[in-house]
Amino acid sequence: MSAQAFDVAIVGGGVVGSALGYGFASKGARVVVLDEGDSALRASRVNFGLVWLQTKGNGMPAYGRWSRKATELWPDLARELLERTGIDVELELTGGLKICLGEEELRERGAMVERMAAAAGPGVYDTRMLGIDELGALLPEVKLGPDVTGASFCPHEGAVNPLHLLNALQAGLQALGGTLRTGSSVESVARDGKGFAITCRDGTTRAGKVVLAAGHGTPRMAAMVGLPAPIKPQRGQILVTERMQPFMPLPASGLRQTKDGTVMLGATRENVGFDVATTMEGEAGLAARAVRIVPALAGIPVVRAWAGLRILTPDTFPVYHQSESHPGAYVALCHSGVTLASVHARVVPEAYLGTALPEILNAFHPRRFDVQKTG
Amino acid sequence: MFRRLDETGAAVTVYVEGEAVTVRAGDTAAAAALLAGLGHTRLSPVDGSPRAPYCMIGTCFECLLVIDGVGSRQGCLVEVREGMRIERQKGARVVP
Repeated sequence: MSAQAFDVAIVGGGVVGSALGYGFASKGARVVVLDEGDSALRASRVNFGLVWLQTKGNGMPAYGRWSRKATELWPDLARELLERTGIDVELELTGGLKICLGEEELRERGAMVERMAAAAGPGVYDTRMLGIDELGALLPEVKLGPDVTGASFCPHEGAVNPLHLLNALQAGLQALGGTLRTGSSVESVARDGKGFAITCRDGTTRAGKVVLAAGHGTPRMAAMVGLPAPIKPQRGQILVTERMQPFMPLPASGLRQTKDGTVMLGATRENVGFDVATTMEGEAGLAARAVRIVPALAGIPVVRAWAGLRILTPDTFPVYHQSESHPGAYVALCHSGVTLASVHARVVPEAYLGTALPEILNAFHPRRFDVQKTG
Repeated sequence: MFRRLDETGAAVTVYVEGEAVTVRAGDTAAAAALLAGLGHTRLSPVDGSPRAPYCMIGTCFECLLVIDGVGSRQGCLVEVREGMRIERQKGARVVP
């Protein structure tokens, strides 16, 4: 057995792996984050930047509670990242909207809000439905289109700048003495004495524990250490407009104005494999919906469009799990790496440094995907 | 400051910040703004600094103008038209 330079090796330098790495380093662990490089799919660099709660956990209340915990831990993380790195992640927990078009959308949204609140219990979402007048009062500078019927409003959510976040987590990791290795495409992960050997083309890294958090790169490596990682890609296309004077004081799902003034419109949900192309159909659909919500957007130039691939488990909820055949090997899979960055930095590292996972992570065990026994 | 190389083309009158300017058919709105001696033609939405047309081939986006009331148009890609109104783009546009 060779000497271990690290307590923990994290495979994946996106927002999930970097948040975990930052968290491990702040617990005093010697940590290395291995980042594949620019050939990776990099969901962390193409996302919408919401810190979101109101739609999380429909069908799994534990995920709603997990997301709520994330929103509660966010302000302290943002403050700490600014102090430690000088990078402002532009966190704004203004509350967020899901704007409805037509009576049917409003009715369905109201029913879902009620269902999720009943399942999760009080004090998780606090989402409430707004009529057109209440919505208008929250958006005094927006002339809403005639099809807008109302919205759901959750007071605990908001947005960050996702690129600044990734940058801050990586800078913070290094400021804490952690190591970030870019261009490290992992070829194999294997048991090595009591720890693990992670082999890249340019050498082998040895660590006591290994955490796989490489998005769509995870399944290939997970299979090497007995970890299930059932994920599929779902394409999301996004449009961004030129900068405008501030007019949206809080974000809506699929429509938010950034601190820079640009307006992001998103995002499609398409099952098209690993195809990151943009399509006229997808983008026209996004633009058409945005214009029904805010008709004035029809005259605003779109300056860029792109697509990224969400990381979706079979039920869309996260997976946190320790390998049964290879204890000390862990996986972290989720599609809401921005929202969950705070729990990934504050809660998961401590859990993964112990021997058994704490109860708070029970609901995220992948056994839920197994065929259920009947009778 | 600018010397016209090609004097062909019919005369066209446009209004740059309200002042009538005679240009030639085929000129661009950005060229008209330069010929009018406008100096800076926009204020950056990032830091408010004054900017003026630079590449004149559609690449740099420094020539953003309000043309006939429509904001943030690339002036170097828009040909003049009789009576066209050309104004500075002052910072980020306002959502109407």
